[in-house]
Amino acid sequence: MDRKEQHIARAFDRDLEALQAHIMKMGGLVEDAILKAAEALATRDEEVAERVRQDDRAIDELEAMIMEEAALTIAERQPMASDLRTVLAVIKIAGNLERIGDYAKNMAKRTSVLVQMRPIEDGGNSTRRMAKLVEVMLKDALDAFVQRDPELAEDVRQRDLEVDQMYNSLFRNFLTYMMEDPRNITACMHLHFIAKNIERMGDHVTAVAEQVIYLTTGTMPDENRPKADRTAMETHGQG
Amino acid sequence: MNDMRPLERAVETKEIKFECRDCQVYYGDTHAIKDVNVDIEDKTVTAFIGPSGCGKSTFLRCLNRMNDTIDIARVEGSFLLDGENIYDKRVDPVQLRAKVGMVFQKPNPFPKSIYDNIAYGPRIHGLAKNKAELDEIVEKSLRRGAIWNEVKDRLDAPGTGLSGGQQQRLCIARAVATEPEVLLMDEPCSALDPIATAQVEELIDELRESYSVVIVTHSMQQAARVSQKTAFFHLGNLVEFGETGQIFTNPKDPRTESYITGRIG
Repeated sequence: MDRKEQHIARAFDRDLEALQAHIMKMGGLVEDAILKAAEALATRDEEVAERVRQDDRAIDELEAMIMEEAALTIAERQPMASDLRTVLAVIKIAGNLERIGDYAKNMAKRTSVLVQMRPIEDGGNSTRRMAKLVEVMLKDALDAFVQRDPELAEDVRQRDLEVDQMYNSLFRNFLTYMMEDPRNITACMHLHFIAKNIERMGDHVTAVAEQVIYLTTGTMPDENRPKADRTAMETHGQG
Repeated sequence: MNDMRPLERAVETKEIKFECRDCQVYYGDTHAIKDVNVDIEDKTVTAFIGPSGCGKSTFLRCLNRMNDTIDIARVEGSFLLDGENIYDKRVDPVQLRAKVGMVFQKPNPFPKSIYDNIAYGPRIHGLAKNKAELDEIVEKSLRRGAIWNEVKDRLDAPGTGLSGGQQQRLCIARAVATEPEVLLMDEPCSALDPIATAQVEELIDELRESYSVVIVTHSMQQAARVSQKTAFFHLGNLVEFGETGQIFTNPKDPRTESYITGRIG
């Protein structure tokens, strides 16, 4: 996976490749979980939602395995320079992926509740668009990881702005529905949590992209990333 | 808070002890050291790393004129110790080596008592006026060598009877007995077990308070642990010189990267 010359100890190359291959496998499962969770919500499909909840276990197990392998690699090889940064990045990325998986699982749980309620107009489809955006970002972040491409990683980092903007607009929509009809409140609260989950997934994908930048350049990017989640500062419909 | 940032600990700029400019070493026709420029700071541990035959030991030996003893070796360039060129005709190499002490790979105590191992240097340099002063120097040096408690009751026993790790600390104590300003160490731990290595590394960290220490080591982990500055040599060139934390996490030169990550360079 690494296009550099090989280690004198070939087994070290194999260890690092295995670590990275497991990250890619974990990333694939997490991408799948995001898409499936969004699909279950949009199509009100309880079975798919249940499968997402079940499949999260495999993601957690992969994370535990990656942590164990990373600890062994550090103990056995004492990685230096880019090897050290690779192992550190793998550990952090595995943590981020595990969190994204948890958010997908939470979406599926809320979906199981939502299917029992009156559907909210467009709620499922707009969250699905947002989830799709995050899934593509994650795919690109993982591609940037394998290809050691800091520019692609930076591009992913910038795209989080769109996710934040979509979340803001969904937040306003759900607020409007709740004000229109109090019977929508329970469903809209669940939908809002789902939207917030996806927004948090975007932040974790951004963290993955930042690890790729650290891995390839040796320095973490500055904190001057565009942010648009302003809902914490707003007072909607008051007065 | 500073203590909590390991990469940045104790890398504030210190006074320059050794200023080396345009240094060349030839062994006959072989150009062993090529245009090396390096500033070695006071009260700092500087590590020289690189593959076998890269010139790191040759360069270390220039710093106290050990290469003078090799007939075919020719040294060029300026080596300024506190601003004075150590290769100047007026400099006495024996006096210089009291000022720039050296510890070798294999512990090499004299076949004498522990006491005489330490007292030898101070005696020939006339550092003690009487027996009481000499006793004091011996105790102080053995304490600095972190071996006093282990040998204080048997100072008359032969130095060669100590364990390898103790012998090496005895040699370090012997090197500091002449009150040097710089301590050169050529793979001081490669013949020691991990416990003895840890004791010597702890000692190096203490010695840094008083001396400028330059260490040649094949163990990258050791260089990373004990030094504040690291120089990477390759094929007689000084490829990269910088703060140890930076060299081991984010080296700038691809040759440094290849070497420290264990790739074919």
